[in-house]
This record gives sequence, structure tokens and C-alpha cells, in this order.
Amino acid sequence: MTTLAVTPRLPAVLSVARVRAGIEVRQFLRERDAVVFVLIYPVMMLVIFATVFGKSPIALPGGAGTVGFAQYFLPGMIATGAVLSSFQSLAVTIAVERDDGTLKRLRATPAPAAAYFLGKVAQVVTVTVTQIVLLLAVAHFVYDVALPTSADRWATFAWVLLLGTAAGAVCGVGFSSVPRSGRSAAAVVTPVVLVLQFISGVFFQVDQLPSWLRQVGEVFPLAWLAHGMRSVFLPDDARALEPSGSWQHGLTAVVLGAWLVAGLVLGLRTFRWRRRDDG
Amino acid sequence: MTTTIPVPAGTRAAESTAAVRVRGLRKRYGTHQALDGLDLDIERGEVFAILGPNGAGKTTTVEILEGFRSRDGGQVRVLGEDPALAGRAWRARLGVVLQDSRDLSEVTVGEIVRATAAYYPAPRDPHEVIDAVGLAAKARTRVRALSGGQRRRLDVALGIVGRPELLFLDEPTTGFDPEARHQFWDLVRSLRDGGTTIVLTTHYLDEAAALADRAAVVRDGKVVALGTPETLGGEAARTPVVRWTDSRGTHAERTTEPTAMVARLMATAAGPDGEVPGLSVTRPSLEDVYLGLINPEEKR
Repeated sequence: MTTLAVTPRLPAVLSVARVRAGIEVRQFLRERDAVVFVLIYPVMMLVIFATVFGKSPIALPGGAGTVGFAQYFLPGMIATGAVLSSFQSLAVTIAVERDDGTLKRLRATPAPAAAYFLGKVAQVVTVTVTQIVLLLAVAHFVYDVALPTSADRWATFAWVLLLGTAAGAVCGVGFSSVPRSGRSAAAVVTPVVLVLQFISGVFFQVDQLPSWLRQVGEVFPLAWLAHGMRSVFLPDDARALEPSGSWQHGLTAVVLGAWLVAGLVLGLRTFRWRRRDDG
Repeated sequence: MTTTIPVPAGTRAAESTAAVRVRGLRKRYGTHQALDGLDLDIERGEVFAILGPNGAGKTTTVEILEGFRSRDGGQVRVLGEDPALAGRAWRARLGVVLQDSRDLSEVTVGEIVRATAAYYPAPRDPHEVIDAVGLAAKARTRVRALSGGQRRRLDVALGIVGRPELLFLDEPTTGFDPEARHQFWDLVRSLRDGGTTIVLTTHYLDEAAALADRAAVVRDGKVVALGTPETLGGEAARTPVVRWTDSRGTHAERTTEPTAMVARLMATAAGPDGEVPGLSVTRPSLEDVYLGLINPEEKR
């Protein structure tokens, strides 16, 4: 104790973040529920839908040919996966961690808050990337979906995914304060995402939804994430199937960006290290 | 009746060396005054026990000291800093073992102790810490598979791996079997011998008696008694009790001269065999003293 003549320096935020990332990724992969309902779920849905409806390609308007069902369904599943890996996963795990004392325990250590969140970011990125690689591999090798070849399209893919996942993540942090306990977290969060999936046109062709329901869906990021992803994976002519008749990249960026900012502000203002009933 | 602790002379010196210094601490929850002018001085290197019934303000006090809760009034210095304002460097000097823990189920003992060590500037060796708490055989076991006692020892490992100067132990041995409790006590003593200041809150008076250099009894948000476990409550609270039985029933009498009293009873109350029926002389245990302190209206 008296030998501590010089005060050793605190570990850098990034080095603590790297340690947190290791813990976060391991915890996620060892939690079977999370692996099945977040990581694998979109792949499972792709396989089920593509197998059931695989023989009914979707005709493009104006005799511009057809799009295979798996190809039409893939963008929606990528969007769903991104929302599950960011929003649902964080909203549930942070609610659980607040309830079971993980956050309080961490708060008692010199680990900086930024390192905790960077650890979460690393976990979300790891899961999202794994999930998308799985989805693309299954779509391409099992259902013969042609992947985009132009750099343009991959650039669109990258920014839509990044913006959508980031917006989902900060909203997930904010939403984690809604469930009243860790036990209820999954029950509170899962239906929100499920309803969003139905009204955002990831399961059906968007033009099959009643327009008022579609408009409700268009308030939320998932619809725009799916819209953006369709612009990447569908032929350009398929934009005629979109209600607006165009890919609306500018508006997509604006809506996703707005959710990112709103989620960030809300998340920062509502974040608590302790349970509501704990002082 | 409340006892205020006299502020020691030479407060300047006390300020620079005390691990914890609290003056007039106040905290209110709604209409409930949880802390009502609590004073506390904990010296460096001592094991200090905070005793008191549920709701007396123990946890509130400790969580204010740990920086988890805000206070409504009073001065608080923990390792020379105000916990409400202190930052990472201050947290690095603290170890906290919280009361209930249900977290960390999927990581292994070794993983979480190593990760936690990486949060601190000068941590202990994770292997040595795992050894010290007796979990060497469980280093590769996931936390969910540990028994209650093993989990608690892991909590302690996580609390000490950062090489804290000041360690808070909140109800550390709840649910331990007697053997595990004694092993835990040895661990606490070895930490104290290594120079760690330890603040222990506990419901077990034998634990406080076995470990604490000094103890404070908290009731209604104030310290009502302070001292070593041997002197807590003062001389009067420790007056021996002589009990005996005669034709009119069982008697219990407090006396500072039990030997003289027994001699008198031998003359007046002994049966034909020379024995006084039901004779016993007991000195109040810390538990008796404590119960007398927290329920002053009940004569014991």
C-alpha cells in the first residue's frame, strides 16, 4: 500500500472497451435464446418463406420481367436482422443487465461508461455482420439470388445498414428503460419488433399493405431500412412496386438520421445504471 | 436516546488519514427520513462493521459512500474525496461487493476476473485472486453453475482484483454454511493484514465480533453506539446476569458482582444437596448488547 509511490495511470478507454467487447460477444453467443431469436431468426424466415413461396416469382410492372421470391424477400430479412441485432438485442439485454445488477457492478469499477457502450457496439457489429453474411450466403448459394455487382449498390448497402443499425442501437438503449423488470424485457420488446415487421412490409410486398397501415409503418426506421435494402438487391425496374415509385435515398437518410439523433438524445437522457426501485 | 460521536481532537490529522469521514449525513425518501444526521469516522487499515436492523439506514449510508446515491445534506469524504463528485481515479481505489448479485451468468470465473482486472490501473494477478477466494478449481466454470457461496466468493474476487485501498462488503456471507463463513473470515483478515480498509455491513453479530476492529450500530438514521465489539454499548450493557430458580419461580438479576451474588445464593437458595437450582451466570454477547441497543424500550 505504501509502495504505490507513483499513481499508475488508468487504462485507456479503448483498451477497456476491447475487454468489454470480448465479454459482450461471448455472453451473446453463449445465450441460446439470443442466438436463435436474434442471429438465426431472419435466416430461418428466409428459408421458410423462400421454400413455401419460392415457385411464385413477382412480376415487375410494364412487362419488365420477374423477380424471384427469395430475391424479393432477402432485403426485408436483412433489414429485420439489423433491427433485431441492434434494437431488440440491446433493449432486452440492457434491461436485463439493469435488473440483475450488471450495470451497477460495472458502475462501481473505474470502467468508463464509454467502454461499456463501445463493447455493446462491438457486439452489435459482430452479430449484424455474421447475420448478413449468413443471409447472403443462404440466399446466393441455396436460392440462386444474384448479388449486386456494382460498387454503387454496395455503397448504398453500407450506408443504409450503418445508419439503420446505429439508429436501432441508440433506440434500443432508450427503450431498455421501458420494461419494468429483466424478466419482462423480452415480452415487452419482442412484440414491438414483430408488429413493426408486419407494418413495414418485410413479410409482404409493400404494395399489399393498406395504405394507412403502410403510412404508420413509414414513421419507423425498419420500413426505410427495408426500402433502402430493396434498392440494393432488386433490379432498378422494381422501384415501380414501391408506393412512391422511386428509391428515395435522400428521404431514407433523413428518416434514419432523425431516429439516430432522437434515439441518442433520448437514450442519454433516460439511461440509468440502477433499477427504478433501487434508490 | 442518541449518542453523538465526539469529533476527535486534531481533526486536521484525522482528515488526511481517515478512510471515511461523514458529518451530519441526511437523506430523505418521500416522507421517510432515512438518514438523520449520521456521523462516521473510519480509519485506514481497520475493519469497521456497520450494524443495524433492516431499514435503519445501513445500505443508504454505504451506497452514499460508494457514490451510488445522492445525499440531501452533510459532509462526506471517502479516501479524501466527495463520492458525489469523484471520478474514475477514485473508483480505482475502491472495491465494492454489492448485496445481491444475479448477473454474469454466461461468462466463466476466469474470464470475468481477468476482464475486471483490466479496468484498473494496478490490479492484482487474477490467478492469485481466484486462488485466494478458493475458486481455482472453478476458474473455467460458467458463473451460472456456481453455488451460492461460490458466487459470493466470486463477488469478493471481483471486489479485490483492482487492489482497492477501501473495500465495501455488504452482507457478504448471507447464505454461507459455517465452514464457508470461517474461510471467508480468514480471507477478510488476510486482506486487512495486507492493509486494506474494510467496511462491513452485516446482520450476523458473531461475524462483526469475529472480524471488526470497531463497529457502529445505526438506528433511525443515526449512529447510536460506536466502539470495539468488546466495549460496544458501554459497561452497563455488559453487566452479567445471574439466573436461578426457587419455589417462587425463575429469577434473573443484573449485577456487577456476580461472584458475591452466587455466594449469597449458596447461603439462601441452595437445596439440601448444596446446589442452587437453575443457577447460571451469563455475560451478554454482542448480540444481546446489539438487541438492547436497537430496542431500547425492551429491557433485556
